[in-house]
Amino acid sequence: MTSRRLVLSQSAALLGAASTGLLLPETARAQPGKIRVGLMLPYTGTYAQLGVAIENGFRMAVDEQGGKLGGREIEYFKVDDESDPSKGVENASKLVQRDKVDVIIGTVHSGVQMGIQKVARDTGVLSLIPNAGAHAATRSLCAPNVFRTSFTNAQPTRALGKAMVDRGHKKAVWITWKYAAGEEAFEGFKESYTAAGGTILKELGLPFPNVEFQALLTEIASLKPDAVACFFAGGGAAKFIRDYAAAGLKGKIPLYGSGFLTEGVLDAAGAAADGIITTMHYSDSLDTPRNKAFRLAYAKTFRLQPDVYAVQGYDTGLLLAQGAAAVKGDMSSKVALYKALESATIDSPRGKWTMSKAHNPVQDIYLRVVENKENKVLGIAAKALADSGAGCKMA
Amino acid sequence: MDFATFLIQLLNSLQYGLLLFMLAAGLTLIFGIMGVVNLAHGSFYMLGAYLAYALSLYFNSLTLAILGGAVLAALFGLLLEWLLFRHFYHRDHLDQVLLTFGLIYIFEELRSILWGDDVHGVAIPDFLGASIPLTENLSYPVYRLFMSGVCVALALGLYLLISRTRLGMKIRAGAFNRDMTEALGVNIKLIHAVVFAMGVALAAVAGMIAAPISSVYPNMGSQVLIMCFVVVVIGGIGSVRGALISALLVGLVDTFGKILLPSVAGMLVYMLMAAVLLWKPEGLFKS
Repeated sequence: MTSRRLVLSQSAALLGAASTGLLLPETARAQPGKIRVGLMLPYTGTYAQLGVAIENGFRMAVDEQGGKLGGREIEYFKVDDESDPSKGVENASKLVQRDKVDVIIGTVHSGVQMGIQKVARDTGVLSLIPNAGAHAATRSLCAPNVFRTSFTNAQPTRALGKAMVDRGHKKAVWITWKYAAGEEAFEGFKESYTAAGGTILKELGLPFPNVEFQALLTEIASLKPDAVACFFAGGGAAKFIRDYAAAGLKGKIPLYGSGFLTEGVLDAAGAAADGIITTMHYSDSLDTPRNKAFRLAYAKTFRLQPDVYAVQGYDTGLLLAQGAAAVKGDMSSKVALYKALESATIDSPRGKWTMSKAHNPVQDIYLRVVENKENKVLGIAAKALADSGAGCKMA
Repeated sequence: MDFATFLIQLLNSLQYGLLLFMLAAGLTLIFGIMGVVNLAHGSFYMLGAYLAYALSLYFNSLTLAILGGAVLAALFGLLLEWLLFRHFYHRDHLDQVLLTFGLIYIFEELRSILWGDDVHGVAIPDFLGASIPLTENLSYPVYRLFMSGVCVALALGLYLLISRTRLGMKIRAGAFNRDMTEALGVNIKLIHAVVFAMGVALAAVAGMIAAPISSVYPNMGSQVLIMCFVVVVIGGIGSVRGALISALLVGLVDTFGKILLPSVAGMLVYMLMAAVLLWKPEGLFKS
């Protein structure tokens, strides 16, 4: 009992300290020489590599502008968000209150993103989302100062349904983890697949991050659908691909998915992944001069091959550069800044894209097939595809 | 569900249950005999998986990697016991939890330094790579059957070791009354070191055997840790026989839950645990 009381009193003291911080006059913000950029990304844990790729991409875009944005130098403030949702608000507040950043770049994990979203809405700080696909950020909780440069979770699968029906697969089973990202990806699939005339035989799910798929694979075999569509990512995706092949389903029932199924796991999945068709807003093997130039420059600078996360970080840098240039580095003239960001056209390695009214990319979604550990582009599955932005009312 | 599908699902649940048993056996052994709560047990599983990955590249053979890895893991267990765990047997469970919780972070960071944060695959050996066709579009991978075989062999081996050998007798005596056993001239420190190394090796072997079908990735240990504890708690802490029964039960509930009651599948296993604890607060088999 004593220990609980101690914790309570300590947190009360913390809250008190935080609220006095809020009351301080904003003198520290007065006309500094540098634009203060807060990087709130995962630098440890499962998503560490994604955080590094995003930062690399962002820095590369800034370096291409001569290391300046709108004529002003940049000072970076880095926070490791640890992909820990319980620290999301605290870390974002630290960047805003203590470091007085002009913009927060972050993050990967959707739960943490909701923390940043709260702080962005409360304080009005400019927030650029380089990955997290949680719908709310550009739907019900959208805000004039929040812009996403990546995707919504439903965006890739919104292009998947028609591609499947076009290939003659009219009865499908959907399988995913039962958590927000999986449900949101399902929304896109359901909408596009039924609109194209397909029937979803059954929705299968397992709790995140459970990877014991065998029971559900047996279920799929007994349902005998034309095809299977899914949303998995990371280590679980590699296991799903291997289990699917080991159960003898590969080659009998074609496997489709949101593109994250085959990102970063193709070496681990090996031959089991061959022939999987996915939809996504980028592919490493995209054969355009823009993408090739980007990949070469990135590989030279960082001695690493860029991935979709590096591209999203890079585009975040391009977007901020356009905005800062439009206001000549004066980040405090917010109306003009947001207008510039809203109307920007980003010449991205993934192809040109623009901002939707809800501040999410309107972009081409590619149809890709796995061949020899590579996502080979088959074509464009949907041109200039926007998220629905349902429920977004800008204040 | 037709009868054939039902039988296949039964096979799935049996196979999952046996894998869970192999994972939980080391945990329950260490707890039952030394009274140490080991949260780092999942890390030993991850260590095993990464060892399988690294050694199978080195030896070019998974079989050799598993044999070599088991020896390395046991040595690692001996070292850990000597450096850390032996000083914690008589301390509070909270101290043990803090120690092993810290170890999770250390092992996770070491893994990141040694092998990076990538997802890796481990190749299934050619002689186990085939699949047995069961229905027109479903096959059963031979490797999964092999896994079950290894688990059964280990369960049998553990049973014989503990109930039929001289070492097993000393282990049981030590768990029952440490001081008395020591007074009778048994080197209890050595016994504990051996049991601990065995526990670590069991978890690592589980990781190595599972690596080809689960692939190898960061934080893989924390996912299995919770299931391990569920199995151990249901079975009765410290009871190897309880762990076996409970693992099979959990496999059954998990597999059929996913199919028959998908909306609550995530909870079912924990509901089973709650029900068992209400009925028998010390688990099915108290050691």
